[in-house]
Amino acid sequence: MKYALLLYSATGAWAEASEQEQAAIMAEHEKFTALLVERGALVGGEALHGPEQGVTLRRSGGDALRTDGPFAETVEHLGGFYIVEAADLDAAIELARACPEEIVEVRPVVESSG
Amino acid sequence: MKYLLLAVGDERPWAEAGPQERHALYAEWGRFEAMLAERRAHHGGFELAPSPTATTVRKHGGQVLITDGPYAETVEQISGYVVVEAASMEEAVELAGQMPSDVHVREIAG
Amino acid sequence: MNPLERAYRDHWARLLAILTAELRDLDAAEESLQDAFASAVSAWPPLPDNPPAWLLTAARNRAADRRRRNAVAARKLPLLIVDESEQPSDDRLSLIFTCCHPALSMEVRVALTLRCVGGLGTRQIARLFMVSETTMQARITRAKKKISQAGIPYRVPAGPELAARRDGVLAVLYLIFTEGYAAAEGERLIRDEPAAEAIALARMLAGLMPDDDEVAALLALMLLHHARRDARVDAEGRLVTLAEQDRSRWHRDEIREALAIMRPGPPGAYLLQAAIAAEHATAARAEDTDWPAIAQLYALLEALTGSAVVRLNRAVAVAEARGPERGLQLLEGLEERLPRHHLLPAARAELLRRLGRLEEAAAEYTRALALVGTVPEREFLQARRAEL
Repeated sequence: MKYALLLYSATGAWAEASEQEQAAIMAEHEKFTALLVERGALVGGEALHGPEQGVTLRRSGGDALRTDGPFAETVEHLGGFYIVEAADLDAAIELARACPEEIVEVRPVVESSG
Repeated sequence: MKYLLLAVGDERPWAEAGPQERHALYAEWGRFEAMLAERRAHHGGFELAPSPTATTVRKHGGQVLITDGPYAETVEQISGYVVVEAASMEEAVELAGQMPSDVHVREIAG
Repeated sequence: MNPLERAYRDHWARLLAILTAELRDLDAAEESLQDAFASAVSAWPPLPDNPPAWLLTAARNRAADRRRRNAVAARKLPLLIVDESEQPSDDRLSLIFTCCHPALSMEVRVALTLRCVGGLGTRQIARLFMVSETTMQARITRAKKKISQAGIPYRVPAGPELAARRDGVLAVLYLIFTEGYAAAEGERLIRDEPAAEAIALARMLAGLMPDDDEVAALLALMLLHHARRDARVDAEGRLVTLAEQDRSRWHRDEIREALAIMRPGPPGAYLLQAAIAAEHATAARAEDTDWPAIAQLYALLEALTGSAVVRLNRAVAVAEARGPERGLQLLEGLEERLPRHHLLPAARAELLRRLGRLEEAAAEYTRALALVGTVPEREFLQARRAEL
């Protein structure tokens, strides 16, 4: 089964981190990616620039209302995601635990059958 | 540059939609993705199962907490995404305007 | 109990577990089995030679019928992930661990466990938790959907996972038990039904995991608590504290059974709680209670769990062993961690009363009354305050 691991981190945590801290975080993600590759579990993934630079379009009738900045008033924001292949939810949760992020939402991917 | 187009919104309309409505929406998505492919802008994407199927794993100081549900119990949830190639955020937003859902656009790092 | 009721009680969980593994669909398994039992109502008597085999065959036939009729319709939900390479174990364990999976919320785990493992009807479960039947049905339906769509596997966890997952199961069973033992709200302080169901489930689990000390300890703990049920409230429905209970109303046979089940082992949370309950149960009179031993056990339990409620109980035990002043010291600052817990001010009030600090005691009883939930407990606190 394919699962999305949605990574949530405190807004500003990355920007406020020192260069060394940022390098350390990136190294951990590289290690995690290597683990996924080793297990044949890596399907995809991306790191995202900060939510302050995001743009949200919401439809209202025929119009689209544009808002700049984060799309939700939450403490943490989506910092990136991985798409993984795992036998079942237990295996996906194990990967989420290994993932170097404090909050990981594990959501099944809809795999179209046709 | 690559941009993430997150399909966001209230999940209830989809959950309550009948087979015809769903078919119509999938057709719209098909047209959107075909448009992206034609512009050589499509870099993959997935539909995500609804937020009740989510499980959130929180780690803090060696403790792991597993909870039923998505990260935030908000009405707006992520229902899927597409990654696109675009020259600028403005172009990405223009593409996003054609996506058959509300969209949150973020620049991809690296 | 008529043969059908007996068959239900004896065989429901095992048959559902087997069918779920075969069909890889919890919903279809439950419906087919329910239909099989319904058909037995008219088909029995005469009682078949092998009632469970009859029921299993009937359920399999119903499931096959259903599949044929639904063949044209699109597959609704993904099939359960069943690991065929697993060593054969009782399917009931897979059923229990699946119903108690951490990816399901506690209230969902409780509902699903009572329905699938306990065999209770939806209406019965709704009544136990004081929600509408529709709400409970929706909860159970959503749970099955999540199990299927999220890929919660139908298996017994292996290796290092097992202990943590087992603790999760025990937490569900204990939640069911305490729902009955000390109802949060309402007129009656004890409702037998949830406690009896929890004990039945714990017995089943102990039978399936005979080498697990914590499982045995939880069963013993429940039996020891439940053995005191007829002494906890008096004829007028008023709360009777442990110290004042008529110990002749304790069910000694159940206490004996519990003590026989308990065995020494590494100090797990349930083993410690059972040991504390055993100290109370083996004291012939309240005055004979070994409070220093209990205080020590609570200290171990607090170190293990870090629980504020355990600290509260420990303070009470220490007060008995070493005086109210020592008990009050342990209670200091606890309201930060237990702001809505009526037992905290109630405990303080009692200790202050023993020290003769009556005005402070009255203030604490008043605080407790603002937080208390059940009528018997409210009346108890009011009476205590009036005595000052």
